[in-house]
Amino acid sequence: MLHRLRFLPGRLIQSIPVVFGVTLIVFFMARLLPGNPALAILGQRATAAAVAALDKQLGLDTPIWEQYFLFMGRLFQGNLGTSLTYQLPVTQLVAQAIPVSLSLLGMALLLSLVISIPFAALAAFKPGSGRDLAVRGFTLLGQGMPQFWLAIMLILLLAVGAHAFPVGGYGTSALDHPYYLFLPALTLAITMCPTVIRSLRSSIIGVLGSEYIGTAKSKGSYGAALFRGHVLRNAAIPTVSIIGVNLGFLVGGSLVIEKVFALPGLGSLMINAIFARDFPTIQGVTLFVALFVVAVGILTDVVYTMLDPRVNLGAKDQS
Amino acid sequence: MTQPLLSVTSLTIGVRRPKRADTIIVDDLSFDIQRGERFGIVGESGSGKSLTLRAIADLLPAGVEVLSGSIRYDGVELIGMETPARRRLMGPEIAMIFQEPMTALNPVIRVGEQIAEGPRRYLGLSKKDAMKLAIEMMAKTGIPDPARRARAYPHELSGGLRQRIMIAMALSCGPKLLLCDEPTTALDVTVQHQVLRVLEELCADSGASLAFVTHDLAVVNQTCSDLAVMYSGHIVESGRVKDVFSDPRHPYTKGLLDSAPDFDQPERELVPIPGFPPNLAARPDGCPFAPRCAFAVDACRVAMPPSVLVAPGHEAACIQSRSIFEEVAA
Ligand SMILES: Nc1ncnc2c1ncn2[C@@H]1O[C@H](COP(=O)(O)OP(=O)(O)O)[C@@H](O)[C@H]1O
Ligand code: SF4
Ligand SMILES: [Mg+2]
Repeated sequence: MLHRLRFLPGRLIQSIPVVFGVTLIVFFMARLLPGNPALAILGQRATAAAVAALDKQLGLDTPIWEQYFLFMGRLFQGNLGTSLTYQLPVTQLVAQAIPVSLSLLGMALLLSLVISIPFAALAAFKPGSGRDLAVRGFTLLGQGMPQFWLAIMLILLLAVGAHAFPVGGYGTSALDHPYYLFLPALTLAITMCPTVIRSLRSSIIGVLGSEYIGTAKSKGSYGAALFRGHVLRNAAIPTVSIIGVNLGFLVGGSLVIEKVFALPGLGSLMINAIFARDFPTIQGVTLFVALFVVAVGILTDVVYTMLDPRVNLGAKDQS
Repeated sequence: MTQPLLSVTSLTIGVRRPKRADTIIVDDLSFDIQRGERFGIVGESGSGKSLTLRAIADLLPAGVEVLSGSIRYDGVELIGMETPARRRLMGPEIAMIFQEPMTALNPVIRVGEQIAEGPRRYLGLSKKDAMKLAIEMMAKTGIPDPARRARAYPHELSGGLRQRIMIAMALSCGPKLLLCDEPTTALDVTVQHQVLRVLEELCADSGASLAFVTHDLAVVNQTCSDLAVMYSGHIVESGRVKDVFSDPRHPYTKGLLDSAPDFDQPERELVPIPGFPPNLAARPDGCPFAPRCAFAVDACRVAMPPSVLVAPGHEAACIQSRSIFEEVAA
């Protein structure tokens, strides 16, 4: 097991240039946004002199490459600068937002598995049957639904209509949080489900047709024990990489969803920062999101390796 | 005679097709396996051997069904039995070994755990005790260093070791009937002999009966006490192995023997059977072997020849079995 994880240090080193490239893009992208932060902070009626003074104070009047080196230098010290709007260290803002966003993603992932596994199994055990067609119809429908529209529908139905869940916010105590996270996580989960269900369904069908399922039955296994012991893990392997890829999209979606549900996560932080042209915050959040996506890629390979003993990513390609 | 361990009567296996005649793959098959008997089923590939075994183990592929007939195990009818009850027989009563040990083992589970699964379920053993039993079984099948090998995954083992794992798995709950579907076909010749010997020894020790499917007559000769020769879904000849081999009474059996290499007479010329088995969808009327049979006469094409007793315990389904073979022998 451990020897197959030897690809890990190499993978981590490989991701350094990627992260470096991300800082470059992030830095310049923020500078290319239309508008001026000083103007945004001071408002449309600010005088040119006041704007120039604030520009100077923020260091925005120096040449752009100087700003970048300053940015990188501070980055190595773990300093992402000070938010222009909040006047707080960006690291502090990001650190406050990360647990919210991670819990949202984690819960979305969990919910999407809880929904997908039974539906995929239901469809895969009788391919071509009515229930298979129903599940496949649902996946097509789910794929066509825009995320924010789904979010609004869920709010109208379950929060405003049935009063089962709050309309938005994050709650005040740790016990509140899951309750507040449920609807936004469900929204993300539902948009993720079609892909997961389709992948799982086809791999379950493949697994059910394989000889080792016959062997398992010849040992007396059937029903739920057969599914847990011999079907699910084997069928999950190809789905893990699909989930890994889709987690990237899920992060993108969660930015919008956080805003819709007024969750104080990275997404809300980001969108507020964009509207306020709060460059340091935009950079900080983007950097963390990019790091997260890189980490998810590596984590996917680790999970994949742990689930499938035949995989050895560190081995030299023999062919 | 006491009640046979397995009694297959008029078993018909096929594919149901809406609004058309069913495709019959195995047609009206009957045979008994006594306790301790080692029963071989031989025939060219496609004759329905695997499906017959799979019908006994309730492992028919999707779409293929038992259309009629009966399979009684120890006096109990298996056809129509509920899945849970039937699966409870699999392991402690009936076990199966498959042709390809690579695909028959779950690639993501350690082989020791795969062997321990049955004993945990049926013998009520703890995880630790079941693993101990698994390692014991591996040692019995001649796997060197079994405790270490138990932690291996199937792809880390050779074909011969994998098939020994399958044998250890099949015998772990002490079944009374072991179904083997060409268990050595996928192996190298030298390994074939070793694996076959292990299988025979362990079955002899435990007193398990064997239903052994193969296309290899030499293997039947070495392993089995009785045999049935299958052709196109029918049993065309059956009896004691030594009787059938020394005095075949069906032209197909004779053809199989003449086309197989013989270690006692390496100089003998091999005579292949001309032609191919019939397409299942378009089986000829009458004797299915007629298109390839050198002795065929018009009467052969009228109806499926019934099995007749040609000698004590020796049956053949050929209308000319007496005239052809007794004249040749004379
Ligand atoms: N899944 C299936 N669906 C339809 N027909 C099948 C299936 N499996 C096997 N058959 C048919 O049954 C015949 C007998 O198959 P099988 O029992 O595997 O033969 P054997 O083991 O003697 O080589 C094959 O010739 C094939 O045409
Ligand atoms: S019944 Fe006729 S065709 Fe069939 S094997 Fe006998 S002689 Fe040949
Ligand atoms: Mg076969």
